Amino acid sequence: MDDGALASPLVGRGNADGARLFREWFAELQAAADAGRPSAYVFVMGSLAELLRTFDLPVVFPEINSLQTAVRRVAHEYLNEAEDHGYSPDICGYVKADVATQLRGGALPMGRIPKPAIAVLTNACNTYIKWAEIWERMYRVPTVVLDVPGTRADGTQTWPGDPDFENDRRYVEHQIRELIPVLERVSGRAFDIDRLREAMGHASTLGRTWKRALELNRSRPSVFNALSDGTIYLGVANGFRGAPEGAAYFTDLVEELEYKSAHGIGTLTHEQSRLIFVGVPCYPIFRRFTEMFTELGGTFVASSYLQFASGGANLGYEYDARRPIESLAEGVLIGTRDAMDSMFYQTTMLSGMIDDFAADGIVYHPIKSCRTVSTGLADSRRALLAARDVPSLFIESDMMDRRVVSEAQLKNRIDAFFEGLASRRAQAAARAVPAS
Amino acid sequence: MDDVLGLCRELLEDEEYPTLRRWREAGGTVAGHFQVYFPEEIAHAAGMLPFKVRGAPVEPTQADSRFGSYLCSVVKTSLELVLTRRVELDLFVTHPICDAARNLAAVWGRNFTYPCQILYLPQNANSAHAAEYLRGEYDRLRRTVEAVAGRPVTDDDLRRSLAVFNANRALLRELYALKRDAPWQVAVDEAYALTAVGGMLPREEHNALLRAILPLLRARPVRRRDKIRVVFEGGFCEQPPLDLLRAIGRSCDVVDDDLMIGLRWILEDVPVDGDPLAALAHAYLERSSYSPVQHDLRKPKEEMLLARIRAAGAQAAIVTAAKMCEPGLEEQVAYTRALEHAHVPFFVSEFEENMTSFEQLEVQLETFVENLLFD
Repeated sequence: MDDGALASPLVGRGNADGARLFREWFAELQAAADAGRPSAYVFVMGSLAELLRTFDLPVVFPEINSLQTAVRRVAHEYLNEAEDHGYSPDICGYVKADVATQLRGGALPMGRIPKPAIAVLTNACNTYIKWAEIWERMYRVPTVVLDVPGTRADGTQTWPGDPDFENDRRYVEHQIRELIPVLERVSGRAFDIDRLREAMGHASTLGRTWKRALELNRSRPSVFNALSDGTIYLGVANGFRGAPEGAAYFTDLVEELEYKSAHGIGTLTHEQSRLIFVGVPCYPIFRRFTEMFTELGGTFVASSYLQFASGGANLGYEYDARRPIESLAEGVLIGTRDAMDSMFYQTTMLSGMIDDFAADGIVYHPIKSCRTVSTGLADSRRALLAARDVPSLFIESDMMDRRVVSEAQLKNRIDAFFEGLASRRAQAAARAVPAS
Repeated sequence: MDDVLGLCRELLEDEEYPTLRRWREAGGTVAGHFQVYFPEEIAHAAGMLPFKVRGAPVEPTQADSRFGSYLCSVVKTSLELVLTRRVELDLFVTHPICDAARNLAAVWGRNFTYPCQILYLPQNANSAHAAEYLRGEYDRLRRTVEAVAGRPVTDDDLRRSLAVFNANRALLRELYALKRDAPWQVAVDEAYALTAVGGMLPREEHNALLRAILPLLRARPVRRRDKIRVVFEGGFCEQPPLDLLRAIGRSCDVVDDDLMIGLRWILEDVPVDGDPLAALAHAYLERSSYSPVQHDLRKPKEEMLLARIRAAGAQAAIVTAAKMCEPGLEEQVAYTRALEHAHVPFFVSEFEENMTSFEQLEVQLETFVENLLFD
């Protein structure tokens, strides 16, 4: 690595700009809340932000707000408040943190969020639907399910032209067409198809560059940590989908990552173990969780999280502005379906990632809060290990609830995993030495 | 009659699933479908035996290693039944009813070679296009079933099956009417056993069983006892043990419930003329019950529960949820708030299909009932 290259203003720009964009986004939400402006509550898998932006509706992502309470170590206060309100300890922590947020008039550590004028959600996670029903009861606002049929069985995805795909695409398209007049009513603005074309153009740029950014982590050393840096990128990918800032951010990010790749600038000084992360991050000890790996020379080169939690933006689907609604339906269907595939049918995808990213191991992190992601992980791991000789670690905790996060136990397991990786490397080195 | 009721209970609790075994030994094929609703007519029309996969009170010794820790029991025990070959299937279909259940097609598919898939029932029931979409999805399912059964499924085949299932639903409505109008004639556990065996018997046999027993139940020489009339809510997916229902029945008359609601999802006869798949799709959306796992703006769940309570002339509600059942637990909050607001007394509880001790729950329920009686 060239030390002079490290001094380039490009290095670290993505993280700094991401933090700045986040602050600006929350300032905008606070302003909307203060002004009593209507907002749209959406979720990361199939947000339709590119459509909602054309109605000047600020987009609120309750999942991102909830995880921020965990990162800022106040989630337990929110969880307790929701549990006092009747919600079970055994349901999604994101939902409970949001219930408490709503009970507090939108107050969050990062600022205050506006009340919803509408909620738009897909079925990519069933809890989205139950969650939106809470707002429906609290605020009597429209909650519109954009029902996106997923893959019926592993490896049976259909594509444009196939009658089964077309049945799904028509359904999604009809729902989008039904949503537009609801958005006009809620926002008080007429639908402008040219603004939609423009927003779709930004979303296409974001998708194309997001895909490229993920690919660039195949570099050795890897140019970003998919768990820590990746989560910053992910926040921008969701919060600024369809916005010019989002497209510009990822264009710049690719420039930075290309530069780092060309100059051998890694996220770690001495990268020893290249890992794949499967599941949802441990937000209650977010930084420490990552450190438990990086301190031992491990970095996450890829993750299923960056795929499903970006709503399938990793595919780099590009919209056709000549037929905006049809193309939006097709893109949302293919992207959201891929997000679901990354959760349910990830075994083949992971096998491919091992090769593409030259991974040394896989870390599975199922969590109590999220059954969508966690239900099948043990079986997926069993199937992958039957097909591939790859070390893996299976650790359970939570994304919100520190009551089920045991840092000491996690560390013991992680340390043992790294000992196994080191032993494996030593054995491989011994085999590589020709017998004298 | 007592023998028939006893047989139904035995069938439900028999871990060897003799009706499935008998069917397969005769060369038949079995379509397993996870809770809640499945258009059984499509499998039936292909000559397959539709089997409702609803877990069982067994220890998930093999299935446990396939799942994470924080899951409901029904997901684990359903897989346990097939991993241990107590149940053998030729097709498995699950539905996106909850975050756990929608994973089952993938988990099942990694463990078995027969087709394992998700049937995407519409979650936007309010879209004007939902019925047309669902008709297409049913047609896709028809092609899957044809491939498994090795025979075509014609519209006439489907119409014949619709007639069989219309008769079945009508008989179940009669059973529930009896339970509502004269609950002393049929206890909640008896009505449950009579309903639930429909998920494992050829439907023609279930129809014959119900036709035979309904008149006997009506004429049963039992003394009328006036107990508190309650609605039981929370049995839409994982099923409570029969002994739990029996315990409830000792202090209450359960005059309506959502147990095995999928078998009773469609509320009226499905027209047997015209396009059968379109008729079935229309009935799913437009002539159907409610559950926490279907979002339909026309059917706010708490209002539907209140309507069920009113229609059944119930004085109180038992609001339960299976342990770790996210939709059930979330709905409990809305249900209890609505019941409070409507001044309907309610008893809140959780259950698990594997539970074996009911004393504490029975004492709590008796206290609840006494409070109502002496209030």
